[in-house]
Amino acid sequence: MERGERQDARAGRPRDSRQEAGATLSSKRLLWRFMVVILTLGALFLSGAPSEKHLSVYSLAANYSLPLVQREGREYVGLLELLEPLGKVSAKSDGSRWRLRYNNAEGIFQASKTRARVQDRDTDLGGKFLMENKRGLVPVGSLSSLLPRFLGGPVSLHEDSNRLFIGSAATHFTAALAGDNPPKLVFHFTSPVNPSIATEPGSLRMTFSREPLVGPASPTLTFGSKAIPSASYSEGNGSAVVTVNSTIPVMATFGNDGRTITVAPTAAGAAAQSAAPTGTPAAGSSPTPGQAASPVPVLTPAPQVPAARRYFAVVDASHGGDDHGETLSSSLLEKDVTVALARSLRQELESRGITTLVLRDSDANLSLDQRAIFANADHAAIYIALHAASSGRGVRVFTALLPFGGDDRGPFRSWTTAQHATLPLSQATASAVVGELQKRQVPVRDLVAPLRPLNNVAGPAIAVEIAPQGSDVSQLTAPDYQQLVTSAVATAIAANRDQLGAAP
Amino acid sequence: MSFRDDFDTVIPRHLVIAMAVLLVAALSLSLFAWHMRKTVASAPVAAVDTRPLAPPVAGPTERVTLFVAHDEDGTLRAESAQIPMPSGRQQRAEELLRALVSHYLDKSSPHVLGAGSEVRSVFLVDPGVAVIDVNAAFADTHRSGVLVEGLTVASLIHTISANTPGILKVKILVDGKERDTLAGHADLSDFYDVTAVNQLTTQLQPGQ
Repeated sequence: MERGERQDARAGRPRDSRQEAGATLSSKRLLWRFMVVILTLGALFLSGAPSEKHLSVYSLAANYSLPLVQREGREYVGLLELLEPLGKVSAKSDGSRWRLRYNNAEGIFQASKTRARVQDRDTDLGGKFLMENKRGLVPVGSLSSLLPRFLGGPVSLHEDSNRLFIGSAATHFTAALAGDNPPKLVFHFTSPVNPSIATEPGSLRMTFSREPLVGPASPTLTFGSKAIPSASYSEGNGSAVVTVNSTIPVMATFGNDGRTITVAPTAAGAAAQSAAPTGTPAAGSSPTPGQAASPVPVLTPAPQVPAARRYFAVVDASHGGDDHGETLSSSLLEKDVTVALARSLRQELESRGITTLVLRDSDANLSLDQRAIFANADHAAIYIALHAASSGRGVRVFTALLPFGGDDRGPFRSWTTAQHATLPLSQATASAVVGELQKRQVPVRDLVAPLRPLNNVAGPAIAVEIAPQGSDVSQLTAPDYQQLVTSAVATAIAANRDQLGAAP
Repeated sequence: MSFRDDFDTVIPRHLVIAMAVLLVAALSLSLFAWHMRKTVASAPVAAVDTRPLAPPVAGPTERVTLFVAHDEDGTLRAESAQIPMPSGRQQRAEELLRALVSHYLDKSSPHVLGAGSEVRSVFLVDPGVAVIDVNAAFADTHRSGVLVEGLTVASLIHTISANTPGILKVKILVDGKERDTLAGHADLSDFYDVTAVNQLTTQLQPGQ
């Protein structure tokens, strides 16, 4: 046997050191690949579920969104939850049969069947009807044929973007350039809007999640301006997006109570615009090495958009999502009662001409800080938090019990005592609400409470806790009792409209 | 070339043995964990220990005023009690609140607290700061509601501040830690201003 070789006893053939090294290398590679596969699978597992899809519903009664679930290769939505904000709805399950009543319309659904009977007429669902924990789920695609039967009116489903328009709920817009130097792009909306605005190099994006915005005839609008050449409209996952393309830094400002948005160059952008050559370089001038022939904008995030008051009242259905609030009975949670109360109060306020935003119109998680931020960002004239309780009798109206300290620093207000400046107005409003409830013979008390986020709201803020008048907790869900309380609250706020409207 | 030859060429024997040992170890640990889980699940759950954390104080008694919450009409009423009081300022504050909580643990109490509720300790920190540390059962078993939680907070703070001069602000901890709310409503994240709580106490007086 030659040196450097050795005999493989079993195979009976020689193996040199290079073969051995190769074998070790192969096994190492195999182990590495095995580890990479394990780590990849682990990472995929830990990365969690993909972002939740939802359906945005727009109607004259309410705008809200509902989570969608993926079943049988389709997107499904809970039909009861969809109709709940629109009217009186109830459902009953009997084995595999599910019966839904909406106002005076009735539908009968059978689990795993693709057809349903609504108002004594068969309807094709385009997919199986599913029952999960007594919830009836229908394919999103079936809503355009199913809902008109229940609602007795037209609906428009944008299936690709999961947006549903009921009746004539729609906000249209136009966009036109005003002025050349500096150029301004002015959007006019048919109803107030409050999009979230983001800037990135070369564009300003406005995302409309809560507004029933519908697009123009052409998704791309051109303006013939070098600074703001075009804008485009798109929809996706329950939102509409208007993107303004620009070559200089731009910012958006609101006007006309949220019906107008003006996109104009920032101060830096306007300076760049006036200093920059407008087309070809001037005669005799030429760009120096390393300098671009046309201006290269350095875009910075737009400064905070000055917010106008869009809603006079912000109504907060307390708790929601994982936070159930008080368990009022074995089948009744505080978070569900507060949503019903919030919807009732919105109706009462709007019937008195008071624009109202309900902060939580579905079973969503919303932190206390977020609730205060919404109210403060909107500069609402009044913030009303709604609570329900089983203990005690009647209604309690609360204003903030401010915590110790939290001094304001210069122009900055302390978050924990932001309510301090408007506390007298909050107390006056609470007294007015108490007076109205007393007129209606409802037992009521006026108290302070260590209850967030009342102390974090910079404008007038009250909380209303509703308990049954007797010992029967089910009274909290009775529409006539809810309306008795909410109409009193709305009347008091309407009576103090001028005083509240003048608050900063 | 046989498969066996190829296998031996790719993975050396010591690695195969190592992987086999690891596999056996993983399986053994899984079986052990499963067995332990089963054992724990079948073990009887220990009842909640409702005994007080500290033995009752013996010695001379003193007449103190407790501000007791009444759920029925949502009021806070001053009630006189004769309890043994130690000489130290901090120990006195602790005994005072323990007497209040033991009052609430009675089934006939007008504002019942959950079984096992206890004031763990009270710290008096200069200048004018009191820290009340209640146990987890106190908060976990507390009924939820703006008024019912407000009554508890006002009762604790007003009782300690009325009987211990010089307290300006009070912090409530649960099991030694900061907690957002008592039971979903009353804010525990900040220091309570005793003057502001006095305003609530006045509103909670009978007849107000």
